[in-house]
Amino acid sequence: MSRYIATRAIRGANAIVAEAEALLQKAIADKGADHPVAFPNTAYYLPVMYGMLAAEVTTLGQMEPILEHAKSLLHPLPDEKFWVPYLGETLDSGMSTILAAEAIEAIRFIYGEQPEPYPGIELTGVTDYSNFGGNGSGPPTDGHLNGPIDDIQLRSWGIQLVDGRMPGFAAIIGAAHSNEAAVAIVRELQSRSILTFLTGNVNGRSIIDQLVEEGVEMGFDTYIIPFGRDTLSAIYPVGFATRAALTFGGMKGGQWRDILLYNKFRVFAFALALGEVDDLKYAAAAGVLSYGFPVIADTVIPEILPTGVTQYEHVISMPWNEIEGATEEEKAAKLVQKCIEVRGLKIKVSEVPVPVPYGSAFEGEVVRKNDMRIESGGKHSRAFEYLFMDKMEEVEDGKIELIGPTFEDVEDKGSMDLGIIVKVAGRKMEKDFEPVLERQIHYFINGASGIQHIGQRDIAWIRISTAAADKGFNLNHFGDILYARFHEDFGSIVDKVEITLITEPDLHAEWLQKARDAYEERNVRLGSMTDESVDDFYSCTLCQSFAPDHVCIVSPERLGLCGAYNWLDCKASFQINPTGPNQPIRKATQIDEVKGYFEGVNEFAVQASHGVVSEVAMYSIMENPMTACGCFECIAMLVPEANGVMIVSREDTSMTPTGMTFSTLAGMAGGGLQTPGVMGHGKFYILSPKFMSADGGFKRVVWMSSILKEQMAEQLKVVAEREGDPDLINKIADETICTDVEGLLTHMTEKSHPTLEMDSMF
Amino acid sequence: MAKKLRTPEEASFDPASIDLLQLACDNEIETAFSRADSMAACPIGADGMCCKVCSMGPCRLVKKGQTGICGATLETVAARNFARMVAAGSAAHSDHGRGMAYTLLEAAEGHAPDYQVRDLAKLEEIAVYLDVKVDEKPVNELARDVALAALHEFGKAEGEFKFLRRAPAKRQEIWKKLDIIPRNIDREIVEMMHRTHVGNDQDAEHILDHALRCSIGDGWGGSMIGTDISDILFGTPAPVLSRANLGILQEDEVNIVIHGHEPSLSEMVIAAAQDPELIEYATSKGAKGITMGGICCTANEALMRQGVPLAGNFLQQELAILTGAVDAMVVDIQCIMQGIVKVAENYQTVIITTSPKVKITGATHMEFDERRAMEIAKDIVRLACDRFPERGETHIPDVSTEVIPGFSHEYINYALGGTYRSSLRPLNDAIMSGRIRGVVANIGCNNARVRHDDAFYRVVTEFLKNDVLVVETGCGAIASAKQGYMTPEAALEHAGPGLREVCETVGMPPVLHMGSCVDNSRILTVLAQMATEGGLGDDISDIPAVGMAPEWMSEKAISIATYCVASGAYVIMGHSSPVSGVEEVTRLITDGWEEKVGGRMEFTNDPDEIVSRSLAHIDKKRAALGLPEYDPNKWGKSGDWRIQEFIELPFAEKIEAAYGSAK
Repeated sequence: MSRYIATRAIRGANAIVAEAEALLQKAIADKGADHPVAFPNTAYYLPVMYGMLAAEVTTLGQMEPILEHAKSLLHPLPDEKFWVPYLGETLDSGMSTILAAEAIEAIRFIYGEQPEPYPGIELTGVTDYSNFGGNGSGPPTDGHLNGPIDDIQLRSWGIQLVDGRMPGFAAIIGAAHSNEAAVAIVRELQSRSILTFLTGNVNGRSIIDQLVEEGVEMGFDTYIIPFGRDTLSAIYPVGFATRAALTFGGMKGGQWRDILLYNKFRVFAFALALGEVDDLKYAAAAGVLSYGFPVIADTVIPEILPTGVTQYEHVISMPWNEIEGATEEEKAAKLVQKCIEVRGLKIKVSEVPVPVPYGSAFEGEVVRKNDMRIESGGKHSRAFEYLFMDKMEEVEDGKIELIGPTFEDVEDKGSMDLGIIVKVAGRKMEKDFEPVLERQIHYFINGASGIQHIGQRDIAWIRISTAAADKGFNLNHFGDILYARFHEDFGSIVDKVEITLITEPDLHAEWLQKARDAYEERNVRLGSMTDESVDDFYSCTLCQSFAPDHVCIVSPERLGLCGAYNWLDCKASFQINPTGPNQPIRKATQIDEVKGYFEGVNEFAVQASHGVVSEVAMYSIMENPMTACGCFECIAMLVPEANGVMIVSREDTSMTPTGMTFSTLAGMAGGGLQTPGVMGHGKFYILSPKFMSADGGFKRVVWMSSILKEQMAEQLKVVAEREGDPDLINKIADETICTDVEGLLTHMTEKSHPTLEMDSMF
Repeated sequence: MAKKLRTPEEASFDPASIDLLQLACDNEIETAFSRADSMAACPIGADGMCCKVCSMGPCRLVKKGQTGICGATLETVAARNFARMVAAGSAAHSDHGRGMAYTLLEAAEGHAPDYQVRDLAKLEEIAVYLDVKVDEKPVNELARDVALAALHEFGKAEGEFKFLRRAPAKRQEIWKKLDIIPRNIDREIVEMMHRTHVGNDQDAEHILDHALRCSIGDGWGGSMIGTDISDILFGTPAPVLSRANLGILQEDEVNIVIHGHEPSLSEMVIAAAQDPELIEYATSKGAKGITMGGICCTANEALMRQGVPLAGNFLQQELAILTGAVDAMVVDIQCIMQGIVKVAENYQTVIITTSPKVKITGATHMEFDERRAMEIAKDIVRLACDRFPERGETHIPDVSTEVIPGFSHEYINYALGGTYRSSLRPLNDAIMSGRIRGVVANIGCNNARVRHDDAFYRVVTEFLKNDVLVVETGCGAIASAKQGYMTPEAALEHAGPGLREVCETVGMPPVLHMGSCVDNSRILTVLAQMATEGGLGDDISDIPAVGMAPEWMSEKAISIATYCVASGAYVIMGHSSPVSGVEEVTRLITDGWEEKVGGRMEFTNDPDEIVSRSLAHIDKKRAALGLPEYDPNKWGKSGDWRIQEFIELPFAEKIEAAYGSAK
């Protein structure tokens, strides 16, 4: 701390706590103490209050003791001379600021002031407010900022946060020195895949306004989330961080110390204060320091360099005009570089030689028809990608060849056929890895800003934006990207990479056929791969950085619960990094064929869960089910009255027959705990013959989020056939049919769901 | 043969004391300073070579190889003398701790209505250490159980000594292996006296091993209990602004000086002095109010908790009376010079002894009883007021300095992280990075034979320059308080760049006042916590830290030094060694102890030597931990220095200036 910062932060804290108290009294007078308060789609109430104080706040009146506590953390300002120490006092004031800010934002929801109206704004992915509004007026219909991130998005980012694809998050408060600076800073963060949260303003002008003016796409898909133009919206990143510990760290509300230290050591976040820092911002900054998040400012403020509360320096001042650099981009690069150093972010930088920014933050970017230069795939043309291994001497490393015309001659917004052939060779390369590597093409290409890639194999669909084309992006750059990324990410199995891009029609047709033959062959091979046909399963402890006691066991017929790692992925990953998170687990003796107990699996579970889990039944939900971290795609849960299970998708925010939403259920399924009757799992596991086969298999599914039915319509049809009941899918209810047990039983009886005739599950 | 008298400037470094020493000289009033000048120390005793444990002696052993009548060797004699100092020091601290435990018991049982539990959290924490179940017990029941459990530690027949578990695991192992874990607090003191009786333990090493054991019962037992229970009864200290030195005495108010070591009565006197009725009484005697001031460790206790100003340290007790402005000096236990009674005869000052353990011929005895504590305290204040009209000419030196004390280990944890993140992590980080080169615990007494406060001033000044964080207790702490080193501004003016940065971050002084001499247990607690926090090894002996008492004089100081060594610390004592005449015993407490417990005790009367040995030790420990070499040039960038220039700019220029000046 510095006395100057302490003075301003403590002053800011005193003011905001008083404001919160006044607002709460007004709200109670207006609406009554029992009026509900909530943030959208979260099982963690008002998350900071819940995390720090175990307070399950659901009404206005319940916030009174919280603010009393906040008041007890306040202190007088340090004296001008002979002051008493102020660091602990300032950190306390920061905590009281966070609590007060959360109270104010929660109350603002009631008055329709949150999420903040922003007429005309469109976000690419935003918190789902469709089932929200119970406590207030609901979000404005003509555009609004995001407000708090919901649990769904938090969980779906989980895997990226743990595997390092998303190295951390930046909470920007204020407005940049100029619009150019704003764009440059955000682009720098994006190119390193750092999640960027936007809050606050300087004299009424926010970085959000700056980015809107510059046409920067914001939303979940671009990693740039505009929370609100008020400093108080900085509470949302703090709530996000708190929930990360609750969700992935398996912590409970009230474990304040653990939650804060979890953030210090595992959540690589920092605050970037752009523009003038006022009392409230200093107070909020003092609050985030307790989470171990440092603060970097682009103005002159006192620096706090000794370490301890944060891992490295606490507060850094990097006045914009003093940053060396000829352009705003160069300055932004230096500023972001400093942020990375101060927080100790581990960045996997892919130096990809293309004329546009590159990083996984750009993966979700959409190229709209109007912004498009050319596309390949979709309605008017065909794109495919095919990766295969060849003999060492047959592959010329680094060769990138375009056969056929470029898109220069194609009219604007037109289309053309494209084939992407990747030939690899490597001593440790195996045929089985071909599909694993091939699927990476999607992520690799999508990382380029202004390029959109959807699908895979022969249903790939690629768009190049006008902006990217104007910067000189051409087809050969696809080759550059793939060459660089395969070497970087898979260097230990791939020694040589050669890429051929085909636009010449005859050759395109010839290779498309070759590719399709290969796809078919792989399908057969994958289909024949069963748990019985292999000796080893694989562990996946990637999430242990987040959920220390959780361990996934991945078998050919059961993919990881995040949906991102199947058995082949794990096998490849083990080849790439033999001491990494995916280790072979020798199945050893099968103890119970039906329930899926294996000696080797149990042994591994004991050791990897640090003794928390002693047995895992691979094929049962009722007995020793596999644990989950927090990033599962679905939750299956027993519905006792129906003698079956329901499956809720992460994307489904509606109520379920168990009386709980996904968010609430997630609390029971996550954190590495074994809860019989509840199981987090991957979407495609539903299709596996081993899907809770010990308990009766897929026939036990009585209710399923409609989004799953839609997304996997074709595959589910096949499963229904396999189960000997072609009409089975129609017998399964969803949220459009019923969201309570009575409705569920009526539906089941009407449709004669098979489980009604089956043995009791428990 | 009388030695040449020192001038006041030679006798003291402290300006207030110099002023009053001149007055004493002018008025021909005898003080400890003048007595030290007129009487040389017994040279044989000073070297540890005089044996008086039986009536065949005293045996004056003056040369190597000589033995006592019984044949006791020089080694045995010196070790015995040293060990008896440890026993006496341990006894003093532990008896103090026991007294506090009894006060808590009386309060819990409702017999001492003026006392109550002020720090419930600490009571619960200590309960855990003593294996007392906290449950949902009413406070007084818990307090009673804790008091009884604590009292049990003094004399229990069997079972583990419970506070040991507060030491790092590795340290406990060392003690276990050497078999020097105290069985109970009293037993080791009694056994020390027994072993050193004529014709008993006559192996120097063996005697000194037991001295280690006895001292552990002090530091990790009696003293720690004293500190903990004082906190429970009177509140755990936190920073507060006060003043130090004799200038705090008020010309026109009744001045009551509390002196000694225990907070139980003084807390009551402080409360009584704020009683409107008694203030009224003081006014009726012509005074404008009542001022409290403290001397020695009662002063430290009252300062830490109530912000009562410090009048001075050990060597200022007679000088305070010389101001003519002290109406009552209320003393309890330890370090009270009998000389004050004689000095007080020249003034209106009444010397009031209060402890059942302490009477001084010629003083007024008003025996303290916890059951009537406030009543007695009020009588004392009234008596002081009655003396006010008797005052003659006063001579209050206009010397006093701000001080910010209150650094209990609990507060230090809080200061470094607030309620939610309290820990010592930032301190460990600062040492690991090299911003703080190391830590010095600078403690102990004053000694009339060395220039008063001078050694303290010299070593602390050097340590601050060298980025060494200094923690202090006792009369050493009072010396630094008077010097102005216990203000946050001192960090900006006197500390090296790294230490300054840390102090500015926390808002703390570069020298931390941690309490009275029993509160050295707080230092042990901090060291233990630093060892377990991580990054600085896993035992106290790994930490780049040094303990010292540059102006030591009491047996308690030797006991403290010994338990610090037993805990793994390197300790340097000033003045002279009580075993200086016997090479083998010197070897045993230096190299010998270092081999056994990792700590050693050295003596040197040269402050520069203390500094250079300390820095060498700190750097050696840093290297052993693999920490970067100390380099002050790396630090000093952070802080408020730049924002000051910015604040002073005209408003119009501020907006762009906020972004810095273009390069």
